[in-house]
Amino acid sequence: MSVLVILEQRGGKWNRMSFETLTAAAKIASELGTELDGAVVGSDVNALAAEAASYELRKVYAVTHPLLEQYTPEGMTAALEQLIGTVKPQVVLFPHSYQVRDYAPKLATRFGKALASDAIGVRAAEGELRFIRQLFQGKLNAEVQTSGEPRFASIQAGSFRAAEPGSASHPVETFTPSIEASQILSKPEAPFREAQRAVDLSAADTIVSVGRGIKDKESMPVVEALAEVLGAELAASRPICDNGWLPMERQVGSSGQTVSPKVYFAVGISGAIQHLVGMKGSKTVVAINKDESAPIFEMADYGVVGDLFEVVPALVEEIKKAKA
Amino acid sequence: MKTIVCVKQVPARDSALRLSKDGKSVDESDLTFEMNEPDAYALEEALQLRDKTGGDVIVLSVGPARAASTIREALAKGADRAIHIDTGGEPALDALGTAGLIAAAVKNETPDLVLTGLQSDDAGYGQTGVVLAEYLGFCHATIVMDVSIEGGSVHVKRELEDGWFQNVTMPLPAVLTIQSGIKKLRYATLMGIKKAKTKELKTVAASQLGIDKIAGLTIVSIQAPKREKQTQILTGAPRDVAKQLVEKLRFEARVI
Repeated sequence: MSVLVILEQRGGKWNRMSFETLTAAAKIASELGTELDGAVVGSDVNALAAEAASYELRKVYAVTHPLLEQYTPEGMTAALEQLIGTVKPQVVLFPHSYQVRDYAPKLATRFGKALASDAIGVRAAEGELRFIRQLFQGKLNAEVQTSGEPRFASIQAGSFRAAEPGSASHPVETFTPSIEASQILSKPEAPFREAQRAVDLSAADTIVSVGRGIKDKESMPVVEALAEVLGAELAASRPICDNGWLPMERQVGSSGQTVSPKVYFAVGISGAIQHLVGMKGSKTVVAINKDESAPIFEMADYGVVGDLFEVVPALVEEIKKAKA
Repeated sequence: MKTIVCVKQVPARDSALRLSKDGKSVDESDLTFEMNEPDAYALEEALQLRDKTGGDVIVLSVGPARAASTIREALAKGADRAIHIDTGGEPALDALGTAGLIAAAVKNETPDLVLTGLQSDDAGYGQTGVVLAEYLGFCHATIVMDVSIEGGSVHVKRELEDGWFQNVTMPLPAVLTIQSGIKKLRYATLMGIKKAKTKELKTVAASQLGIDKIAGLTIVSIQAPKREKQTQILTGAPRDVAKQLVEKLRFEARVI
């Protein structure tokens, strides 16, 4: 009986969400009164497994096989299916990364189970494990449970504080799954970046970020004026960059940059999860949006429910006055 | 080439949501519905592939009777025929249940490619495509930005985190989940709307597919989220609001 947390690495580097998931897994293990184990998967993960073994858990499985050098959904699913079949955990927890989104539903289906994906919270209640997950891009929260063991869930970035390593060294156990080359049908190439990033938004003190509410490219000067008067970097949510109204390198969110400025102006941004994970760390958040139920207001210190085309120019004038 | 595109009908973006009496679902009585945005991009990708390589695009949707309007929209945009798995008055399914129905319904279709959006804007499980691939025994790739067919293989560009991408090649048949915003969406033309009326729309009752109910994910309750921060909502005319906000930013937050 145990909780198993999958710690994700790519090319020998941790996905930082792994240790947030470890915190969630430790909470579950403590509420269920059971042990916590970790697993790291790859072709050569001994060093990473040893590092993981310094965290507060019973042991770490180093799941190794030459065919696991490059991530493929087939290889990962085969490896973890065998590990779970051997260890028989009650709960398997994953970071809700892009990689996990690619294989965890397949893995859970092998066991005939549902995956409670993208959970932001968890608690034990009435002998069940209940996960909180968001609906309608964060407008509502649902408490859900899955049926039968093992229970599978993935944890959203930023939902738990990352665990800190301790001084103890817990055991590492090597687990070698049997995988045949013929099982791996996907042929991945090496990951790449499209262009060198010229803009480092993570260093900006002030960011003015714009979303769908701006409606068209011709309206961009409205927010450009605000960025200029504040001496701020201009950024955007994904749809704006997809439309080419701002370059991709100015995108904030899970597929763009992660920022933590002193003040973040979210203008016409509703606040889909993919955006929020990129700006959660901002010290002060100002949201301007016409939809009062927009999830961005959950994050905001100051909120203005109104038409950005009226509010932003007025704000530019007031800031000019204040700076004069 | 035969491509199936799975589309979901979801409440229109920016809908005001109210909970139904049981507190486990959303009251649908005042809502308008539309095609899930990522699925619209999957449909666009399928139509563009067909325009290049030929073949058929079959649109498929799982949902109650109202889903037929979204199916007609897909036919009007250019899909060749449609399958509607009618769930009647049953509550919404989880990804495992939805994928199970789709797998049963397309068993005899032998598609080369199945496309769907990377997630739905309502439940947002982001799993249906991957679970479907597992049920069908197909290869899959998620969060796909670009698709090209080369003989019996499909070559895709996948999005990874933090601005990274990866090219992957896999044998057909395959299931791909498509990222939003990649290609420009087409509009249905008047001619398209007219033609859609003559296209085949096969309706299958979900209960007739012989799928045992899988005990998957259960929604215990739904609530509005608790605010993480004490949000000060500023009200008034734009100029007054701007004045208040500048005051707050200067003297409370001290950022101007």
